[in-house]
Amino acid sequence: MSHILTMIAQRLALGLVTLFVVSLIIFLGTELLPGDFAQEILGQSATPETVAALREQLGLNDPMHIRYLGWLTDIVQGDFGESLANGQSVAGLIGGRLVRTLQLASYAAAIAVPLSLVLGILAALFRNSFFDRFANASALSSISFPEFFVAYILIFLLAGANGAFPSTAINISRGDPNFTEYLHVAFLPALTLTLVVTAHMMRMTRAAIINLLSSPYIEMARLKGMSPMRIIVKHALPNALAPIINVVALNLAYLITGVVVVEVVFVYPGLGQLMVDSVAARDMPVVQGVALIFAGAYVLLNLTADVLATLSNPRLVHRR
Amino acid sequence: MTQLTNMTSPSRRGVLKGATAIGAAALVTPWGTPLRAQPVSGGTLRVGMAHGSTTDALDPGSWEADFMIFQAHTRNNYLTEIAADGSLVPELAESWEASADAATWTFTLRSGVEFHSGHILTADDVIASINHHRGEDSTSAAAPIVADITDMTADGMNVVFTLSAGNADFPFVLSDYHLPILPAQADGTIDPNTQDGCGPFRIAEIEFGVGARYERHEGYWKEGLPYFDAIEQVVIFDDAARQNALISGDVDYIDTADLNTVHLLERAPGIEILSVTGTQHYGLPMDTRAAPFDDVNVRMALKFGINRQQLVDTILNGYGSLGNDHPIGPGQRYFNTELEQREYDPDRVQFHLREAGMESLDVDIHLADAAFAGALDAGVLFAESASAGGINLNVVREPNDGYWSNVWMQKPFAGTYWGGRPTEDWMFATAYAEGVPWNETYWSNDRFNELLVSARAELDEDLRREQYFEMQQIVSDEGGIIIPMFAAYVGAYSDRLAHPEQIASNWRNDGHRIGERWWFAS
Repeated sequence: MSHILTMIAQRLALGLVTLFVVSLIIFLGTELLPGDFAQEILGQSATPETVAALREQLGLNDPMHIRYLGWLTDIVQGDFGESLANGQSVAGLIGGRLVRTLQLASYAAAIAVPLSLVLGILAALFRNSFFDRFANASALSSISFPEFFVAYILIFLLAGANGAFPSTAINISRGDPNFTEYLHVAFLPALTLTLVVTAHMMRMTRAAIINLLSSPYIEMARLKGMSPMRIIVKHALPNALAPIINVVALNLAYLITGVVVVEVVFVYPGLGQLMVDSVAARDMPVVQGVALIFAGAYVLLNLTADVLATLSNPRLVHRR
Repeated sequence: MTQLTNMTSPSRRGVLKGATAIGAAALVTPWGTPLRAQPVSGGTLRVGMAHGSTTDALDPGSWEADFMIFQAHTRNNYLTEIAADGSLVPELAESWEASADAATWTFTLRSGVEFHSGHILTADDVIASINHHRGEDSTSAAAPIVADITDMTADGMNVVFTLSAGNADFPFVLSDYHLPILPAQADGTIDPNTQDGCGPFRIAEIEFGVGARYERHEGYWKEGLPYFDAIEQVVIFDDAARQNALISGDVDYIDTADLNTVHLLERAPGIEILSVTGTQHYGLPMDTRAAPFDDVNVRMALKFGINRQQLVDTILNGYGSLGNDHPIGPGQRYFNTELEQREYDPDRVQFHLREAGMESLDVDIHLADAAFAGALDAGVLFAESASAGGINLNVVREPNDGYWSNVWMQKPFAGTYWGGRPTEDWMFATAYAEGVPWNETYWSNDRFNELLVSARAELDEDLRREQYFEMQQIVSDEGGIIIPMFAAYVGAYSDRLAHPEQIASNWRNDGHRIGERWWFAS
């Protein structure tokens, strides 16, 4: 087992390097965007004098590397800094929204992951049947539509005056709902996200299993007289886990980082809109803070996927 | 109940001397204009707003979008207030008086006005609040409008403003939404991040880009106001989500209705549409220094090449009125009623092109929907109609991101919008006077600049009107901007809400004061 711990430690160290590189790229990328914070925040009402005064006050006149190093020094000490726009602490701005984004991501994942695994296994079991084609076709159509379109269709079908679910998640920003209220209010956004990510995971499950079904050991199991379901669940699935886990991890990361459209349509106060607003205003500390969270989510989920994939493979667990 | 209808066109003298009279009239009327039914107190008003960003801030100098301007009028009071009929009425200033040259103004403050914190209004609060926007290192968007103030002194409950030059419309300036009165600190400055104020509601909670909650200020000085117990403000960017929220009863009022689907919303039961045309206008400014726009005939050709009626019908879906290439709205005091409405006329386009010595004209126009909603579609329609007169207009699609810093006033032909200003002088001085920072057409006209200064100090009402008429004529015929349309502010609300008969047209949301002007009917 010790080599797994070593691997985790190595990967975490590498993850830190990744975060550093990401922060550098984000910083340089935002610098490359035309206009700076002072111009963007004053917008149409900017005058040369006010822009100059704002730059002076916020230290935007310092050269690029000085500003980046200043930010880096703070972040190493655990200080995310303050928003240029309103002086609120970046940690505070991110905190509440991160929790809500994670809640929604978990809600969607709790529906999507079991659903796509079950559908994938069933599709592999009844491959090329009507069920298989139907599941594939509907999953592919839902992933092919833009997210906002899926969202509108769901609102049309399930919300509105007579619908069972609210069309917006406004009540979440109005106060902290309890668990069952939350499940009710956030159902449509979670379902939209489910429809968007299910296809990918389901098709990978199906493909990974079918790939194994031609192996000699599966043929052996079939000759023993095992039922097809048992063959798939007991013999094929364990060996197909590694690619499935990887795809699941990627989709979970997407649920955290890529949901801004769903947030906007359902008025869900998550991290995505914060990122969009901050980039539009060139509010560097917030952009960096959110980018680090997003990058961190990818690093951690990929690490988890690798660890789980290793654990699922006895040849890697019991190395000689 | 006294009506304020005779105040629709406050004369210069009215503003100068009549403030006390208006104040007296105001004392015997409830705030606002004639009421349809007796207002009822109570209830929580839930407002859905189309704008609002996580980068908003409490600093009044940074206020720009509707979320914060609504917040401003809900939490704060101003020295003066633009009433629903467009006249100027006293708010924190009880009355005011100008010197003969209109360069020294004395404002007398209302006594006993209580802030949410319990602090009582003094002249120092006023000076500190205005000073926040002044000075060399001011980062305030309102810096240009208070630049004329050279000195402020307190004398008991009087504040004396000294201006660098006479300005008859100065009391209007003090109603600007950037200039709320906030409590002064011991060092004579305001804390720009304070949540205190002396308006009808106190902030209970505010999360930028998400929403805010306000509770009634029990010590509010306006008798019987506000009617609501509380206000909830929620940002809903998505047009469909906002309309859904209204229809399903998640909010009672939305500040912006999508013009493409507003006819569907009209048919929804229990929903009323609120459409007010005021000073908001959309324009296409040309850089009058750059060829070919330096030739007035080219500008005229373009002005005749745009089909205004088609733009109002399609881009605004009928919610607006025709523009006449000058920024003064039909509801304003000195709107030029004698100026002929410019129509689409391909023959005139060709005539002006020949005058400019051209057979045809190839130009680029740089647009993004950031300039105004539907700007790109408007550009395509413009290109289509202008081609009949021999103009090949190429619409260049620019990104919304960074539009105001990289395209507007940078490219020679672009798009713009103006919320408008309550007075002719303010509008002209902001964007048409020679050399001012927002002169988006880089236009300079000697006669216009001369008139601007003389009209500002003109005492005679008729002469002043004549001068503003001429200025509108000059801008329309020689100016560098095409103003094809005045856009209405279109919102919608549940019929549970009731409002005074007259709705203010200076801003959205009844002048952003629905918090103290509206009530629940049942």
